[in-house]
Amino acid sequence: MNTANQAYQKQLRRRHAASSLFSAICLLAIWFALFMLALLLVGISLKMTGIWDPTGSGSGAGSRNWLTYTFLTEHMSRKPEQSGMIAGIWGSLWLMFMTGLFSIPLGIGAAVYLEEYAKNNAFTRFIRLNISNLAGVPSIVFGILGLTVFARMFGMFPDLPPRGIPLGIGVLKISIPFGKSLLTGSLTLTLMILPIIIIASQEALRSVPQSLRHAALALGATKWQTIWLQVLPASLPGIMTGIILALSRVIGETAPLIVIGAATYIRYNPGQMERVSDYLLKPQTLLDVPSSQFTAMPLQIFEWVSHQPNPDFKNVAAAAIVVLLLVLLIMNGLAVYIRHHFSKRLDW
Amino acid sequence: MELKTFEHLMQNRPELPEQVGHGQPGRQAADVAPTMKVETRNLDFFYGQLQALFGISIAMRARSVTALIGPSGCGKSTYLRTLNRMNDIAEGTRLTGEVLVDGESIYDPQVDVVELRKKVGMVFQKSNPFPKSIFDNIAFGPRIGGERNRAKLEEIVVRSLHQAALWDEVKDRLHASALALSGGQQQRLCIARTLATSPEVILMDEPASALDPASTARIEDLIFELKKNYTIIIVTHNMQQAARVSDYTAFFYQGRLIEFGATKALFTTPKEKQTEDYITGRFG
Repeated sequence: MNTANQAYQKQLRRRHAASSLFSAICLLAIWFALFMLALLLVGISLKMTGIWDPTGSGSGAGSRNWLTYTFLTEHMSRKPEQSGMIAGIWGSLWLMFMTGLFSIPLGIGAAVYLEEYAKNNAFTRFIRLNISNLAGVPSIVFGILGLTVFARMFGMFPDLPPRGIPLGIGVLKISIPFGKSLLTGSLTLTLMILPIIIIASQEALRSVPQSLRHAALALGATKWQTIWLQVLPASLPGIMTGIILALSRVIGETAPLIVIGAATYIRYNPGQMERVSDYLLKPQTLLDVPSSQFTAMPLQIFEWVSHQPNPDFKNVAAAAIVVLLLVLLIMNGLAVYIRHHFSKRLDW
Repeated sequence: MELKTFEHLMQNRPELPEQVGHGQPGRQAADVAPTMKVETRNLDFFYGQLQALFGISIAMRARSVTALIGPSGCGKSTYLRTLNRMNDIAEGTRLTGEVLVDGESIYDPQVDVVELRKKVGMVFQKSNPFPKSIFDNIAFGPRIGGERNRAKLEEIVVRSLHQAALWDEVKDRLHASALALSGGQQQRLCIARTLATSPEVILMDEPASALDPASTARIEDLIFELKKNYTIIIVTHNMQQAARVSDYTAFFYQGRLIEFGATKALFTTPKEKQTEDYITGRFG
């Protein structure tokens, strides 16, 4: 009896030890992640302010604050001190806006079809599986797809004038193939984030209780009214969170944009806009945006880190990284806020 | 809020429209007695390969309460859902036989299921208010039916809440979330929401099974009140409830209709042995 009790006590101690060990491992994992993040932020900040210069090869100009107001308002330059990222900021904003314009209706539409209309058969199961697979495809592959389909259109138009064939869409100056334009960039990124939006929207739609649909249908609502008036509003927080997270991927994406030939060094804003008011006062600048060449914030960072001979550009890159991270932080914060704010009323 | 206006509306509200004959006398099929509001003939129902109902024939009178009783899985809820075609929503279901509402077959290809569900309303086992305000919950039915006039909507909301005996409890917070109501209030809200579409038949699928005794009593009082104007068909697990609220009772067992008749007769002198065993609690 006593030995049995001792054996039990021993086994109990072992179980407690395993439990403590597991929580220690989990703690280590989170501290490791936080430590690396802190290291990145501190390193970048030191570099940006010129306090720390690990390469040691910078000129005297290295020790200054690189994240200044003019850095946000000036164009890129061959001189580090005069460099700015305005073209990249506008490029990224337009890229995000246009990608959202294409991907949000397509993504929600596809998700609504799959969740609310499609019958559950082998074909739709195959589609569902492959949407999940598409979400895992590396972004550079989407870049190659975009280059072939949108930028070059399979090389179907070999004898083109340099600006392409103008398409007669009203006053919009769009020509085929789309070339290295914002249109190509946003369509390519649309393909890349569509699976993310579809999957997030599907999950949001699935989380709406079936009883809500039954209630609407039993009151004589059509399927469309049920979806539009009850199911979509109830799933909106989840859908919006998915969209914002997908769009923050657009902001940070580099590889597919390089593949489609987006500029890394460019000295004008999309649509040749010189002042922000141009988009309102000179409509042509706005109409030129889709066909305009462009750069984006991560492309500028890539350029400053890799191509420029002057080592001070590493500090410029650090400042740009801080700006990019701030934008991403704001977007992710927005996603959290929206989820919290809109789901307060939806307590099933 | 213009509560005065609401009260005023209530005092001057027109009498509820007559329900019998669907407003158009002479339109009924000749072979159906005019008082039979809902009738099924030889109804078989299948979930895929599984047959859930076997040749059910029942005729239910207008302005009466019919209770469907029987042990779990006996097909009473399935039967109820064939009456407003809610079973259509599930994939792979099939039905043979006839379901008639006002003498018209509701599974006819010409029948618009949206119109049918407006006429044959339904209250579910678990209350399922929309995550919106009390007002918007009740106004949903009329709104999707095309009613845009705010005053008209207010009138409907007030009338429905009165009918569902909920008005006094919620009149000061019509624009508060419906999800903040108690379980019993939510269920009465769902009844009010159904009434707002002016149905003629109300199907209730165990409407009080998730409620406490006090709320259950309120729902039962409500059913008693509503049968003056509506045809009510109620599924219940609770035999005392069936005996209290219904005029007619149908006993289902394993997908078959065992016995149907006046509630009093069925509970005091059941014709079938199975009915007697069930209502005396020997099984089920």
